[in-house]
Amino acid sequence: MRWLHEQNVEDLALGAAVLGTGGGGDPYIGKLMAIQAIHEHGPITLLSLDEIGDEDLIVPSAMMGAPTVIVEKLPRGDEIIKAFRALESYLGRKITATMSIEAGGLNSTTPLTVAARLGLPMVDCDGMGRAFPEIPMVTHTLYGISATPFAMADEKGNSAILNTIDNHWTETFSRSITIDMGCTALIACYATTGQQLKECAVPDTITFAEKIGRTIREARAAKGDVVATVREVTGGFEVFKGKIVDVERRTERGFARGEATFEGVDEYASRTLKLHFQNENLVAILDGEIVVSVPDLITVLELETGEPITTEALRYGFRVAVLGIPCTPKWRTPAGLELVGPRYFGYDVDYVPVEERYGA
Amino acid sequence: MRIGIDVGGTNTDAVLMEGTTVVGWVKTPTTSDVTSGIVTALRDLLEQTQANPATITGVMIGTTHFTNAVVERKRLMKTAALRLGLPATQSLPPMVDWPPDLREALGDHKYLVHGGHEFDGRLISAMDEKEIREVARDIRKKGIRTVAISSVFSPVNPEHEQKAAEIVSDEIPDASITLSHEIGRIGLLERENAAIMNACLGELARAIVNAFEEALAEMDIQAPFYLSQNDGTLMSAEFAKKYPVFTFASGPTNSMRGAAFLSGAKEAMVVDLGGTTSDVGMLIRGFPREASVAVEIAGVRTNFRMPDTYSFGLGGGSIITLRVLRATEPLRIGPQSVGYELITKGLVFGGSTLTATDVAVAGGLADIGDKEAVQDLDKGLVREVLERIQAMVDEAVDRMKTSAEPIPVILVGGGTILVSRKVAGASEMIRPDHYPVANAIGAAIAQVGGETDRVFSLDRMSRDEALTQAREEAIQKALAAGAEEKTIEVVEVEEVPLTYLPSNAVRIRVKAVGDLALQ
Repeated sequence: MRWLHEQNVEDLALGAAVLGTGGGGDPYIGKLMAIQAIHEHGPITLLSLDEIGDEDLIVPSAMMGAPTVIVEKLPRGDEIIKAFRALESYLGRKITATMSIEAGGLNSTTPLTVAARLGLPMVDCDGMGRAFPEIPMVTHTLYGISATPFAMADEKGNSAILNTIDNHWTETFSRSITIDMGCTALIACYATTGQQLKECAVPDTITFAEKIGRTIREARAAKGDVVATVREVTGGFEVFKGKIVDVERRTERGFARGEATFEGVDEYASRTLKLHFQNENLVAILDGEIVVSVPDLITVLELETGEPITTEALRYGFRVAVLGIPCTPKWRTPAGLELVGPRYFGYDVDYVPVEERYGA
Repeated sequence: MRIGIDVGGTNTDAVLMEGTTVVGWVKTPTTSDVTSGIVTALRDLLEQTQANPATITGVMIGTTHFTNAVVERKRLMKTAALRLGLPATQSLPPMVDWPPDLREALGDHKYLVHGGHEFDGRLISAMDEKEIREVARDIRKKGIRTVAISSVFSPVNPEHEQKAAEIVSDEIPDASITLSHEIGRIGLLERENAAIMNACLGELARAIVNAFEEALAEMDIQAPFYLSQNDGTLMSAEFAKKYPVFTFASGPTNSMRGAAFLSGAKEAMVVDLGGTTSDVGMLIRGFPREASVAVEIAGVRTNFRMPDTYSFGLGGGSIITLRVLRATEPLRIGPQSVGYELITKGLVFGGSTLTATDVAVAGGLADIGDKEAVQDLDKGLVREVLERIQAMVDEAVDRMKTSAEPIPVILVGGGTILVSRKVAGASEMIRPDHYPVANAIGAAIAQVGGETDRVFSLDRMSRDEALTQAREEAIQKALAAGAEEKTIEVVEVEEVPLTYLPSNAVRIRVKAVGDLALQ
């Protein structure tokens, strides 16, 4: 057990942007909200997976919606409490802890607000080890855990509980309601017991994200090579160094899809990397060959500052390093790859773990 | 004829232009009050060119007054921030992410009330006139006369901000009010921050505009004057009183626009070598490429359009620190600089500090001051320093390049003499005439523009219709800003789909500019 204070939250948000692999939303708003909540209610308890009881009821909390709307219509702050209360009354049980469903991006810090306000502990784990665009894309799904009962609430006081036949229907219904709620909603779903969570979650990801953030902060202060330190701390591999020379975007089924082209510098001179994204980075293609693909993490860092660059911010002229970072082993199973592997996103290739291609 | 003035950290430059011809220019030291330096520059310019003040049709001024005020926390008004958005947005009240001392300097007065819109124009909640009236009375009771009003999705629908402003004006007739949708873009905190900053500069803006008016009157210049904005366009004196925040970072923009004008290049890299620092930025279609990330000003996140420039600590006044003890000791160039004191402290000017300019003179790159004062400098050392300076410029240009393709490099600013040969990756080197005052020229030739940035719902219109409507709005805004209709062109169209949802909404940003219609 340990406490999360303001500095921990700053580091967590920065590291979460690395794990966001270009998506997951800007952690800035979530970070500010968490820091506000800590000012008002004190630091947050972080428990490791082995510290929770088998009978505990753990409910992840998250924000759902369009990142461009979330930065404009800021949350009221107690939506998630409404969603938690709605779920508790439906289940007839008290929630004993919360967690992040998505350690990458905005939703790394969302649970901190509810944890601080309700005095609940947060569990050091998540359901992705990165960011993904759809509700079913969590490791819980691989263990047969239902997203429902799925509680969602808006700032006006509305809340809804969904019951669906599978997690894909949850995705469909919750998107529709989110739009009606004004493109943002706070959600509570994938309730598990402690025993289930120990099996299905990706462990220690909050500490991992925080460590990445702290490493970046310290490397910057020491004027060190930030990109190299991120590579080391994540166990990742440098895939490319270059400049963005073209970015093409289009909207497909409500997702921001697109492609960025990088021209190499230094040892990558005269080589070309293409990056395909759908909210998050999907595949990296070096001189025509896919070298990293989902579910491994592809993260673009600004070369000098090490600042993670989101797919929305990719722009002509940025000098960047592209890292490939191994995903959790849970995604590397046949069921995992069926849910989030390259074929699910329309690439007819077999998944090759990044360390098999780049490792010694 | 037009006069362009640019106030930099070291020098205040002024230029007189007849159409596209530079009639004359002067460079004077920037003064701590800024205004007296501007007056000196104007007087020197008129004296030097013997121009008849009656023939001046416009004076364009790029100034650092307002940025300095925020950075130094000086002359900022107590300001109330009023936000319409309840029940949303309560978790993060106005100024939540400001440095505490700056927030305190403004009094930390914040109010949240009902109102605001959804992304598609629906109401979050109805506006409550009585609630706003009570807030306005409380503001009045506190003796505050400056109010920044923001409402959720005001860039999509500004109605609530406008109505709230009417109510506040009704209760506080002498209130000076800033509406967030007129300042910034989507992103409530950043837009609101920019609006509050704009509001708190209101009194200073009125004082400065009045001081400029008096200065021009003193010199019998009857022409209207304009202030440079950070997007390379101008605003009128009346507009400047209401929107001082748009002057932030106008200096680098002016240099780049001036470089584009002087060289005729539309796609090029501009290196502006100053007295203390240098800026590198890229011209795209004759305008500076803009920064895509949130820009911090004095520790506050805002979402202005700012030029994307890279600054590094090299200038004509950069102090050269020599090895004292052993050969392995690093030789340092800057970042300390003698700044505007170069003309007294540099060796070639009879001073005792070794500066980059002295080394350039010793290396035969320039003929300034007393050459004899540097003739004893070690030749190897001079070569090494000049190589290092060249490497700094090479690297800065390379950082800002967008491809390996060679690109024209334009050198402007007083420190241009420091560059001895072709910059790496340059297709050609351009040192245009009047390069020392490119910034003032950029101010003089600036155009006026209009911008629209909002979310369009594509349920009721096609994408093409939305684009057409956005273009039309931008053009109308350019007209309203005083552009000559036949010269207006759309210079930027950006489309960002709203992600994660299958709804049909798109955010479109369009910018139109045209020549200023004078007389």
